[in-house]
Amino acid sequence: MAFDRRLLEALSNARGIPGQEDAVRSLLQEALAPVADALHTDSLGNLFVHRTAEGQTVDPPLRVMIAAHMDEVGGMVLKVNEDGTVKFRNVGGLDPRILPGKRVRIGPQGIPGVVLVRPIHLERKDRDRVPPIQELVIDTGGAQGIRPGDMITFDTRFEPLGSLWKGKAFDDRVGCAVLAALLQRRYPCEVVGVFTVQEEIGLRGARVAAYTVAPHVALVLEGTIADDLPKDRDASPVTQVGRGPALSLMDRSASLDRRLVALLVETARAHGIPYQFKEPGRGGTDAGAIHLAREGVPSAVVSVPCRYIHAPASLLHPQDVAHTLALMTKALERLGQEDPRRWRTRSIHPQPPSE
Amino acid sequence: MKRLIQELCNLYGPSGQEEAVRDYIAEQIRPHVDEMRVDPLGNLVARRAPTRPQGQGRRLLLAAHMDEIGVMVTHVDEKGFLRFTGVGFPLRTTLLGSRVVFSNGVHGTFGLEGKPLPTESPVPLEKLFLDVGATSREDVPVEVGDVAVFRSPVVEQGRRILGPSFDDRLGCAVLIQVLQRLQETPHELYVAFTVQEELGLRGATTAAYSVAPEVALAVDITLTGDYPEAEPMAVGLGKGPAIKVKDRRMVAHPQVRRWLVRSAEAASIPYQMEVLDYGSTDAAAMQIGREGALAGALSIPCRYAHAPTQMADLEDLEHGVALLLAGLQAEIA
Amino acid sequence: MAHDDTAFRLLAELTGLSGVSGQEEPLRTALRDHLASRVDRVRTDALGNLLGIKHGQPAGPRLLLAAHMDEIGLVVTQIEGGFLRFARVGGADLRVLPAQEVTVHTAQGDLPGVVASRPPHVLGPEERRRPFRQAQLFIDLGLEEAQVRERVQVGDFVSLRQETVRLGQAFATGKAVDNRASLVVLLRTLDHLQTMAHAWEVVALATVQEEITLGGAYTGTYSVRPHVGIALDVTFARQPGVADEEGVAWDRGPAIALGPNIHPRVRERLVETAQRHEIPYVEEVLPGHSGTDAWAIQVTRSGVPTGLLSLPIRNMHTPGETVCLRDMERTARLLAHFIAELEPDWTP
Repeated sequence: MAFDRRLLEALSNARGIPGQEDAVRSLLQEALAPVADALHTDSLGNLFVHRTAEGQTVDPPLRVMIAAHMDEVGGMVLKVNEDGTVKFRNVGGLDPRILPGKRVRIGPQGIPGVVLVRPIHLERKDRDRVPPIQELVIDTGGAQGIRPGDMITFDTRFEPLGSLWKGKAFDDRVGCAVLAALLQRRYPCEVVGVFTVQEEIGLRGARVAAYTVAPHVALVLEGTIADDLPKDRDASPVTQVGRGPALSLMDRSASLDRRLVALLVETARAHGIPYQFKEPGRGGTDAGAIHLAREGVPSAVVSVPCRYIHAPASLLHPQDVAHTLALMTKALERLGQEDPRRWRTRSIHPQPPSE
Repeated sequence: MKRLIQELCNLYGPSGQEEAVRDYIAEQIRPHVDEMRVDPLGNLVARRAPTRPQGQGRRLLLAAHMDEIGVMVTHVDEKGFLRFTGVGFPLRTTLLGSRVVFSNGVHGTFGLEGKPLPTESPVPLEKLFLDVGATSREDVPVEVGDVAVFRSPVVEQGRRILGPSFDDRLGCAVLIQVLQRLQETPHELYVAFTVQEELGLRGATTAAYSVAPEVALAVDITLTGDYPEAEPMAVGLGKGPAIKVKDRRMVAHPQVRRWLVRSAEAASIPYQMEVLDYGSTDAAAMQIGREGALAGALSIPCRYAHAPTQMADLEDLEHGVALLLAGLQAEIA
Repeated sequence: MAHDDTAFRLLAELTGLSGVSGQEEPLRTALRDHLASRVDRVRTDALGNLLGIKHGQPAGPRLLLAAHMDEIGLVVTQIEGGFLRFARVGGADLRVLPAQEVTVHTAQGDLPGVVASRPPHVLGPEERRRPFRQAQLFIDLGLEEAQVRERVQVGDFVSLRQETVRLGQAFATGKAVDNRASLVVLLRTLDHLQTMAHAWEVVALATVQEEITLGGAYTGTYSVRPHVGIALDVTFARQPGVADEEGVAWDRGPAIALGPNIHPRVRERLVETAQRHEIPYVEEVLPGHSGTDAWAIQVTRSGVPTGLLSLPIRNMHTPGETVCLRDMERTARLLAHFIAELEPDWTP
């Protein structure tokens, strides 16, 4: 199955903070309406794309929910001052150290703005101080049409950078792009692809979506932290760019189902797809809400490693994207033959098959 | 009771990997329940039908959690030392000097970067490492994602017992005994042995959804205020099980509190009232499942929670079982 | 003025009752009577939420109006030499507790008390400059230890004690104005609806435990299954020390919230209704957690389109909570018109 780079490019360039994912949703709706067996949205703005089961399946077919979130971290306008500057707050986790001096886009129209920074020449004592977001101000040059509640996003265009791809909001537009690619065909299990809203402010879209879908099993697609930079100590890189999809075992939001993780590991090994484990304990994903829906849902998380998430320009390796898509495709083919209700414990570190 | 506790506290069962504890409990209660099942998250949910005609009985869910805290390997360095993260919240002040064991029997102990005889306090978690005696990365007998738990033998000393994982294997022991000894009850009784409580009451969340109880009661441990210079708290070892009024995430329903107080007084069982300013129990999750349930908790006083060795009082446990048995025969009004 | 008087009387009555989170019984009993005379049916659920259902004509979809009953307070943790140690329930502001009068709710009835504070004369210069810490605070009931032990039990709840009075002509001040003021709005809205036709069924939900878990809103919304939900709560009014973007102006009508917690078309419709009826309002931008029942309502079951109307108050979570009576009346009028004008087939 081919991965559509143009869709990722469009998704990354599209703008959508939690609660204002409209532009991202439109792109996906347009891309998937021709292939979906059914497609609908809910009151929060989640987009559901159904693919019925096809081929040899267990009876009744397993219902698998696959989630990727449409929202990106950003800011929101609180107040437009008389001098044309804007007071704002973060929506989702923004690092105040990377904001000063950066270009942003404001409101649905994308009005440009600059986060003001006091020239270094004038700083005497406070050069080491990080101003909190409450103190930051965006200059819009007095542009008209900005209103309280307007979204603020980074101003970054998708482009290749060396052998990597650069763009904003790969967390989680890369998950959206992989999910869109997966939904191009049917599998031997029922698949409900859910493009969720408001992940960055508490997994809120996924919570209601999982209640609606009531899946037997859930897989979450993410763009996750890669901290594979030179370090002065022997510490975990969390994940590494170029080493294949990252599987989660435990993060702050969920302890993932080890039987499902084992299935992913077995699948990767069987097909020679590289994979890595994400450093346990970091971050959280929609799986945190999904696995608690109704009577509980065994869940796993598959992520594309991305450097500099939650920042204006993140980087990912196109091969990781291809391998994530391949792993997910093969895993879905396999899932259709299994019945998680009968699963017993299985190891996430299987011994290599004996020759 | 003592043997039950010894066996339960020796089972490997960090949050997310409670299989061994579940299998053991299932064997213990199988003859005493009408049905039981394992739900998608791994909770063991057992049911006892009412023995008296219904009418005064309620749909009642009792819960104790099977999981225990531990440490999960996050990184193996070149020299074969391990970095880790907490599964739940082990007390960092207690890590140096304590011993942990993985599911494959590998033991490890903790070390601290820097001075050989550390005096730094409190110890920052990121400066601690786990040493399993490996000579290189290749020599390490465990992998990223593996979990080790705190282990030491359970010992009895007078009325008191010392051991690991009392949180919440003591609650499991109490509920196993309740099921084994319970004769008559007007209530439709569900007992859930839950998973992942230490990660945020996760198993109880889904168990409450599937059982949809009218009344929900967690059986868990609570902290005490009876040690030197303790923060004020009117709970002590040996003064009976504690009837919860409030903790960080839940205010118990007055009706549940009353039910337990009256049951204790009618049967002359000592009890104490508990207001806990830290943590919470499965009851907080069960209280807000679906349309909500009348929720409360019965707590076993326990010193040194989340430390490798904890202390409780055997009589509190016996009284806890007795109080629940008395309560289960009474109306909840 | 007459309307102000009704609002003030109701506010004074409801704030005079206690309803610490999880112990809302005294308030619920009184509120039940007020609600019963204004709706078709009243019921209480497991957690203690009070639900008043007013049918639509002809029967239309269901609108949830939620306002929380509970108030912040304290709970007795230990009895020590006749004094009571306590913990906080909800986000009571420790800074205002010293020397504050309180009511201890015991099984044998209410006891008045005062939070002990040692005078500066007996403190060293260092201690004098520091705010009181929780461990230094006790409740003094003016009773001997034996009497205290006889009457008070660990786990007894405590509420702040402060009668509600008018502040100037347009304002009122007291304890638990958060969120009794919204309950008054709820009742006043129902008053208006007695003479206004409406198609949508209105479920007035007085929730419990908002200050600790939003538990009442989660469970109440789960059982009501509303098509649209609107939460009524209080928000920060501007006051000295509160920046313009941290609070909203008061005496300019209700604050209509926007942000990810709010369905854009519910908000739009509230704004349009206010404009059509020339009811003043202010805008409140909430970039994340609204800190209200709306946060729970929105994500219950498959999701509920949710709106939020807030009354700006000063000195939140203290015995000096102050609200503008005119804002309460404006909010009730806005809600009544909003409800009366909902078409049976409207979906946000």
